[in-house]
Amino acid sequence: MGALFAILVGVFVAVAVYLLLARSLLRMLLGLVILGNGINLLILVAGRLTRAAPPILPAGVTAPDGPIANPLPQALILTAIVIGFALFTFLLTLAYRSYQSLGTGDADAMRQAEPVPPPNPPLSY
Amino acid sequence: MNTLIFRTAAPLIVIVMLVFAVFVLLRGHNEPGGGFIAGLIAAAAIAVYGMSAGVPAVERALRLPPLSIAGVGILLAIASGLLSAVVAAPFLTGLWTFIHLGETEVALSTPMLFDFGVFLVVFGTVSAIFLALETAGEAG
Amino acid sequence: MAASPDISVAVLVAAPFIAALLAPLLCRVMGRYAAWVLALAPAAIFVFLVTLIPSVAAGEVVRARYDWAPAFGIDLSFAIDGLSIAFALTISGIGALIVLYSGAYLEGHPHLGRFLGFMLGFMGVMQGLVLADSLIALYAFWELTAVASFLLIGFDHSRMVARRAAFQALIVTSAGGLCLLLGALLLQQVTGQWDLGAMAGQGPTIAGSFLLLPICFLIFIAAFTKSAQVPFHFWLPNAMEAPTPVSAYLHSATMVQAGIYLLARLSPLLGGTPVWTTTLVIFGGATMVWGSIGALKQTDLKQMLAQSTIASLGVLVLLLGFGGETATIAAIVYFLAHALYKAGFFLIAGLIDHETGSRDITALGGLRDKMAASFIAAILAGVSMLGLPPALGYLAKEEMYGVPGPLQWLEIVALLAGNTALGALAIALVARPFMGPLIPTPKPPHEGPVAMLAGPLILGILGIAAAVLIGWTATQLIVPAATVLAGHPVDNHLGFRLDLADPAIWLSLATWALSALIYWRLDTVRTTLRRLDSLLGWTADTVFDLAMAGLLRLAHGFASTWQNGRLRFYLLVIFLGLAAALILPLVILGGLSWSLISPDLRPPEWGVFALAIIGLAAVVFAPNLLVGILALGVQGLAIALLYLLFGAPDLSFTQFMVETLSVVMFALVMIRLRLDTHERRTVPAALRDGGLALLCGGGVTAVLLAILAKPFDDRLGAFFAANAVPLAHGRNIVNVILVDFRGLDTLGEISVVLTAGIGVFILIATARRVLPTETTSLAKPRRTRRPRAAKPAPEAAP
Repeated sequence: MGALFAILVGVFVAVAVYLLLARSLLRMLLGLVILGNGINLLILVAGRLTRAAPPILPAGVTAPDGPIANPLPQALILTAIVIGFALFTFLLTLAYRSYQSLGTGDADAMRQAEPVPPPNPPLSY
Repeated sequence: MNTLIFRTAAPLIVIVMLVFAVFVLLRGHNEPGGGFIAGLIAAAAIAVYGMSAGVPAVERALRLPPLSIAGVGILLAIASGLLSAVVAAPFLTGLWTFIHLGETEVALSTPMLFDFGVFLVVFGTVSAIFLALETAGEAG
Repeated sequence: MAASPDISVAVLVAAPFIAALLAPLLCRVMGRYAAWVLALAPAAIFVFLVTLIPSVAAGEVVRARYDWAPAFGIDLSFAIDGLSIAFALTISGIGALIVLYSGAYLEGHPHLGRFLGFMLGFMGVMQGLVLADSLIALYAFWELTAVASFLLIGFDHSRMVARRAAFQALIVTSAGGLCLLLGALLLQQVTGQWDLGAMAGQGPTIAGSFLLLPICFLIFIAAFTKSAQVPFHFWLPNAMEAPTPVSAYLHSATMVQAGIYLLARLSPLLGGTPVWTTTLVIFGGATMVWGSIGALKQTDLKQMLAQSTIASLGVLVLLLGFGGETATIAAIVYFLAHALYKAGFFLIAGLIDHETGSRDITALGGLRDKMAASFIAAILAGVSMLGLPPALGYLAKEEMYGVPGPLQWLEIVALLAGNTALGALAIALVARPFMGPLIPTPKPPHEGPVAMLAGPLILGILGIAAAVLIGWTATQLIVPAATVLAGHPVDNHLGFRLDLADPAIWLSLATWALSALIYWRLDTVRTTLRRLDSLLGWTADTVFDLAMAGLLRLAHGFASTWQNGRLRFYLLVIFLGLAAALILPLVILGGLSWSLISPDLRPPEWGVFALAIIGLAAVVFAPNLLVGILALGVQGLAIALLYLLFGAPDLSFTQFMVETLSVVMFALVMIRLRLDTHERRTVPAALRDGGLALLCGGGVTAVLLAILAKPFDDRLGAFFAANAVPLAHGRNIVNVILVDFRGLDTLGEISVVLTAGIGVFILIATARRVLPTETTSLAKPRRTRRPRAAKPAPEAAP
């Protein structure tokens, strides 16, 4: 089943890349969230999916008595989810502020950094 | 957003959510839960409160600005790591004491403090973001 | 010598730099007399070197070695042998006189201290170059001379012409410097040595190696750019924008001779090979002819001298190309003679300019009464340049005409032509300004101060004395240098002889006669040459300008294509790279394994799978953004259920919360903004983006499948599971990992979360209402009509 979910991961990444190449900033943000989810799934699948019990030990035992899910990818993914969320909120605010200041959310129309047409370099000594 | 039903129901929802957040925090070490989840639940509670009662009311209720709460959280996390200097152990070594109150045994530990710090950080930051967006929305 | 070689060489090399550092301070403190004090440093070096002459002439080599990069086997090594001491004596001796001269020439100039500092710094670097034994040290000093030259040529940096000249010199000589570095590295590859001294006798090895051609090519480029050979000669006339002391020192006597020094140094190793002989003879000859013609065209004293320097450098390269004992000795003698008379002439030109305000040879005349001492100095230099006995220039010319060679007549004619032109120039430089009636000049002429006269007079006297005392000069200076150049002992037969059977004397007479003839008709010659000049359109100078402009435009075009400011373009390139990085290694190195795919999911899992696909499809094909956000929630829900099904309750919990909060925040922001939310992607763009997306997704899947095909190492998971209760007293292994085992990671993570929060807070708190007219915003008209809210901005929390 890991292989099948590998295809799902690929679909997530493909959709995310497609959205990230959009013109509208907010659509890019959608793509970012999906990319985050996709990569989290990647980590989970790479750590081998099992239908086994969650990594919670029953009371009184010091070692698991049967196969349990791999706890390490879960810890990494938990971190990733929260940081991804923080990044998402930051970018959302950034998109909002750029709408406010520049009046547009179209990435193609934002030419503050490299104005069109580019200024000529000084050709004298 | 500011319907009568919402305004009436909101305080109840908020209280329940906050208590639930603390519960999730405390049981996180042995059952599913933990600082992150608790922080998110508590922040959601603040969001509900903010949407119903308005940002000034929330700020009054919180006493401290939410980012300061987050700052306290991170200080707590670092302090819990520095406590191990008392026993000359490396940074972030877990120290445990068990207090026996009659039949039950309460565990006090630096990882618990650390988790509490994590809770405060996540709660403070997400609340701050929510309230900032609310304020910006109102001003804009 | 009492001190060990290491210490004395260190002092020798470091002394000019120390003087350079002290120069600005001394000038501020002592004013006019600072130059006298500063000239003591090079004078002391000169005296010290003179004391070394006897031992060096006897064949001893003074070596010093300092650790530099032991890991590479590169030492800062110096060697004082016959060749380097000859050059070093000219550098320090002429340097002392130039420093003295500069003090008076630039008297009152606000930046005199800086100027003297640069000059002394250059002296130190140039001296380091000729004394260096290690190839890398030689290269380092070579490049530093280019830098010093840049600083000195552009000294009057307020004039664009000076800046341009400095820039041009820097570019041309630095390009040569890079070639020198490459050549040095190749040389080290072939010989296995970094030090030139250790390479002695490896000539045949190098000649037999296949790297001979590249090495020669690179070394030639380095030497030709530095010594202004055709076609790299164009920077030298432009370098005359520098103050005259700079022209006298750098661009006649020392820096341009660095290329000659390099060729001389490598002559025992690379010389004698056909490529060496052919190339040097051709380029040297061409340069000599070109420089001579150029010199006769000029009317500015400094330009005449500059072009004649180019011609003289051509002569030196020609002689080095010939090889053989006579040519070797001729080269050394000519080098010494040229250094003395050319520096002298430049200083006299500077004197005339300083005292009369004019440098135009057609506007000067009859100065012999008012500037008698300068006249004497000019005669002394001119005698040597024309090659009359008893000057050193005469001996040089005699040796030159005695050089045997395969193309006997051609060589003779070429040398004759060159010497004739130079001779004519010499007569013009002496006769025109000083003889004849007194022509009025911008400033009333009077003799220069002692500091300025000392230089030309001493140099002129030395030019005669060295020839008169040729016995001493030859055995102590010339023969040791020639021995190093040739790689084997040479015979010396320098002297004043009158042997009518020797063709050299007849050639000298012919030279003098032709020189006088050309001088008599100098003005006609000049006009004819200038008319021929106007027929040619382009010069190497214009080519340089075009090349620089083209380079700038190329860089600009490249930057504006690849840094065009379009976010989507950047993302396209990034994702293309990502897809390539994922797919290509798997394709090339193998690892694609599609065999793992087997449909073995249970119904709930199929359901979640389908839900995720539906959610994703809904996001992509959503008609507007609101629907897209809701679809985002659907796919997040699918992921959370997936976590739940595969034993990750904590993750599921967190994912639910985060998804809900994301959708709420997104909607919150969306509602505030009245946007045109339709996706407007054209079909070609959609195809392109879709194709790239599929490539990236496919790449990720392929990599993941390759990972899954490998056996899984479960040691970490087993460790955490086994130690959760004993060590960490916790039963939720994931939480235990987060707050206990890997607590430091979590500490970093909450710092990131806090930073993001601060960022959001700052972005919101600093929101200002921006006037539409002030920005380049593409705001639609309705935004400008929006009434400004009366609510104040939120107070920033302390």
